[in-house]
Amino acid sequence: MTNTYLISGAALPDGTRTDIVLKDGLIAELGTGLSAAGAQRIDADGLVALPGLVDLHTHLREPGYEQSETVLTGTQAAAAGGFTAVFAMANTSPVADTAGVVEQELSLGEQAGYATVQPIGAVTVGLAGEQLAELGAMASSRARVRVFSDDGACVWDPVLMRRALEYVKSFDGVIAQHAQEPRLTVGAQMNEGAVSGELGLTGWPAVAEESIIARDVLLAEHVGSSLHICHVSTAGSVDVLRWAKARGIRVTAEVTPHHLLLDEELVRSFDARYKVNPPLRRPEDVLALREALADGTIDIVATDHAPHPVESKDCEWDAAANGMVGLESALSVVHASVVESGQLDWTDIARVLSSEPARIGRITSHGQGIVAGAPGQVTLYDPSASREFGTADLTGKGVNSPFFGRTLPGRVIATFHNGFATVLDGELRPTEDVARFAAEQRMGARV
Amino acid sequence: MRHLLSTRDLDLDTAIRLLDVAEDMADTQQREVKKLPTLRGKTVVNLFFEDSTRTRISFEAAAKRLSADVINFSAKGSSVSKGESLKDTAQTLQAMGADAVVIRHPASGAPQTLATSGWIDAGILNAGDGTHEHPTQALLDAFTIRKRVHGAGSRGKSLDGLAVTIVGDILHSRVARSNVWLLTTLGATVTLVAPPTLVPVDTRNWPVTIGYDLDDALASGPDVVMMLRIQGERMRDAFFPNSREYSRRWGLDDGRLHRLEPTTIVMHPGPMNRGLEISAAAADSPMSTVREQVTNGVSVRMAALYLLLSGDREN
Amino acid sequence: MSARVVFQQADIARALTRISHEILESNRGADDLVLLGIPTRGVVLADRIAAIISDISGTPMEAGSLDVTMYRDDLAKHPTRTPSPTRIPASGIDGKTVILVDDVLYSGRTIRAALDAIGDIGRPRAVRLAALIDRGHRELPIRPDFVGKNLPSAQTERINVHLSEIDGADLVSIDSAAR
Ligand SMILES: [Zn+2]
Repeated sequence: MTNTYLISGAALPDGTRTDIVLKDGLIAELGTGLSAAGAQRIDADGLVALPGLVDLHTHLREPGYEQSETVLTGTQAAAAGGFTAVFAMANTSPVADTAGVVEQELSLGEQAGYATVQPIGAVTVGLAGEQLAELGAMASSRARVRVFSDDGACVWDPVLMRRALEYVKSFDGVIAQHAQEPRLTVGAQMNEGAVSGELGLTGWPAVAEESIIARDVLLAEHVGSSLHICHVSTAGSVDVLRWAKARGIRVTAEVTPHHLLLDEELVRSFDARYKVNPPLRRPEDVLALREALADGTIDIVATDHAPHPVESKDCEWDAAANGMVGLESALSVVHASVVESGQLDWTDIARVLSSEPARIGRITSHGQGIVAGAPGQVTLYDPSASREFGTADLTGKGVNSPFFGRTLPGRVIATFHNGFATVLDGELRPTEDVARFAAEQRMGARV
Repeated sequence: MRHLLSTRDLDLDTAIRLLDVAEDMADTQQREVKKLPTLRGKTVVNLFFEDSTRTRISFEAAAKRLSADVINFSAKGSSVSKGESLKDTAQTLQAMGADAVVIRHPASGAPQTLATSGWIDAGILNAGDGTHEHPTQALLDAFTIRKRVHGAGSRGKSLDGLAVTIVGDILHSRVARSNVWLLTTLGATVTLVAPPTLVPVDTRNWPVTIGYDLDDALASGPDVVMMLRIQGERMRDAFFPNSREYSRRWGLDDGRLHRLEPTTIVMHPGPMNRGLEISAAAADSPMSTVREQVTNGVSVRMAALYLLLSGDREN
Repeated sequence: MSARVVFQQADIARALTRISHEILESNRGADDLVLLGIPTRGVVLADRIAAIISDISGTPMEAGSLDVTMYRDDLAKHPTRTPSPTRIPASGIDGKTVILVDDVLYSGRTIRAALDAIGDIGRPRAVRLAALIDRGHRELPIRPDFVGKNLPSAQTERINVHLSEIDGADLVSIDSAAR
């Protein structure tokens, strides 16, 4: 099994053509006409070489909900989508609110080998919103947690939110807020507006998101902390963020691929694959989110990959679970929504899907770009491909994708994690091969 | 007609056809022998996930007068509440050979999910879903209005030129939604009157005028005033302060009743809260169609079942 | 597809006059006679026969209509039929002689449905059947009492009855081998 790859003729995000040598887990060399002894050659003519993608927001479901996803299947989905690092949200069972749980998640990721799994710690014990979790213990655990979030639930109590923001300053942490005012969204089923009124579905007002973001940027300013806003979904939230950034408040924000492409009109089908939290919004919100991503008001794209078992979606709308799988489709969906429109180029994509999420998440093994000496995180993408997205494109356990039947551009051809191919020729590498390489690498690191 | 899920997607011709067939059904209900052999051998399942004896017996009477076999499947307190899903229930009904499923469900869109899921081949008839639609109620309301206005000459007629005012909890009312679409499709002009808290926040696509003042609305002399049932629990959610204030501002009390033209049609889908949204005098006045609505409900549901179960079942 | 005219306006008029005489003869006058046409064209024919009988007998007579849609046993085999109104003369049908009038008699299933429909409305003394065209191919033990013309036909053929009140002209044609 060779650990050396010679990628020839790839286009870097800025358009320059180069060969890339991956060796000993690193990007060893860039240039033209390169050769490397014993290397596996990969013809990358016509392909874009992106730095390995980083997803700040995924739900890997393990421990506790292994029928939906495991760290192994979730990172396989990540690799298939071109990701080399994923942040795992804390709403597992048990909740990731102790050093023990986050270390377990970290180990599971290391064993699987498909992508770096960086656990996110819960802000409050059991995500209950009442008492701070042991943030310091998680920060100094082997998992080195820096991002804390009660995602799925909003840290609603303003005092608790203030304290959390202050507390994580001691280890340069960040609180990632799921902005949803709970009282304004009791029983909410979809975006509140023209469509919810017609369908008779309980509305989920934009103000429930915007009011929390407004409160939290002011809190962050007041205590001088950094705040991250998960899955921004409304034009009003964008306005609040733009104002906060202009004021110098240390806030960052993410948008999901589905909020960049889909809108609430889809709910008219009552097809529960379109049920998600935050809900799909109006077409004008979609346009505002694209613009905000282009002008930097929104910093990054994160998938909020949320796998569910079939029965959680194969039911009436009210009974269905919120969430969509998104790792496998993310790059193509971003391509379709903001690259094809000319709003973002591949350099921007490298920023919003790799360097910035790594920076916000405080990890250094990813997001350094494709430069000699950087860790071997590379994704080869064919931007000229096109396919009708279907279940065959999914490699995780969840099949709750809203993109089935859509023609999406582009295709991930290869993914290299720590210098080892997890995807080649568009196909996932065998589980055993990837796990074996990951084990060898860990042992090597110990020597 | 493959399914009857909403009035929003009924076109004018289909709506008139439904009402005309209901006229034929009503004619047969004047006879001594009320039962028709039309749906002999067909199985109609009443699948009720919500208690509604009134609606269920109306559908049951309609199906039985067309000689269908009727199975009542009350899903409340049965296996369904023990975690059996809509899908499992649908597949059970499919295995039993149901030809039509009349479904009442607390979740908006559940009938549409049933119709599009592929779990079951039967024709699906929406008997009220969440706060979405209640198409047969709107059809029987339209039928009742048309009959009052055009009498024996109703066949083929629309509701052109009629002004209908619907009063009450629009936000949570499937009856209001179905009536808005159907009555406007039939040519009526619809005005909604409600506390601002009980109107959806964005009604830009609704072909209606919305007001908050009942007296203003009644002063314009509507042909039809339809009062909606107000649920007591709305008070607790702060939609309005208390029932006294609601009644004073949005109730059809005796004073308002007497100011109406005597030809005005007063409607209520039932069950009524007498003294809250409608006074006893208004409910019992000759202007009220409350009892006709019940009678016409059977004819309209016979028509819906007939059109659902006859004809080419391909597609 | 070729259409062959087999019955002209005058033929239709002659046939209806003959049927009218035969009805009066068999009923020994116009008393207690109720004509019920089966929609759509049977109703027109019943109206015409009623007019002829009124002329002959000197007593005005009115025909009704009997919709049989709801009594058919083949609902699922055809596009949905919209029922037509049933009109029964005010005197009712109890104890009367009902003459059912239809344009084309074919399988007999329509008449079977009509007999069921009559049974739900009342109890006539007798029920008779008049048809403008009898094309054969009966599937039930039903035969007409009064016939305008026997027209043996192949099952692939289509018989079209046109009446001026509906179609603008009186004629009967056969479309052969409509494929
Ligand atoms: Zn979230």
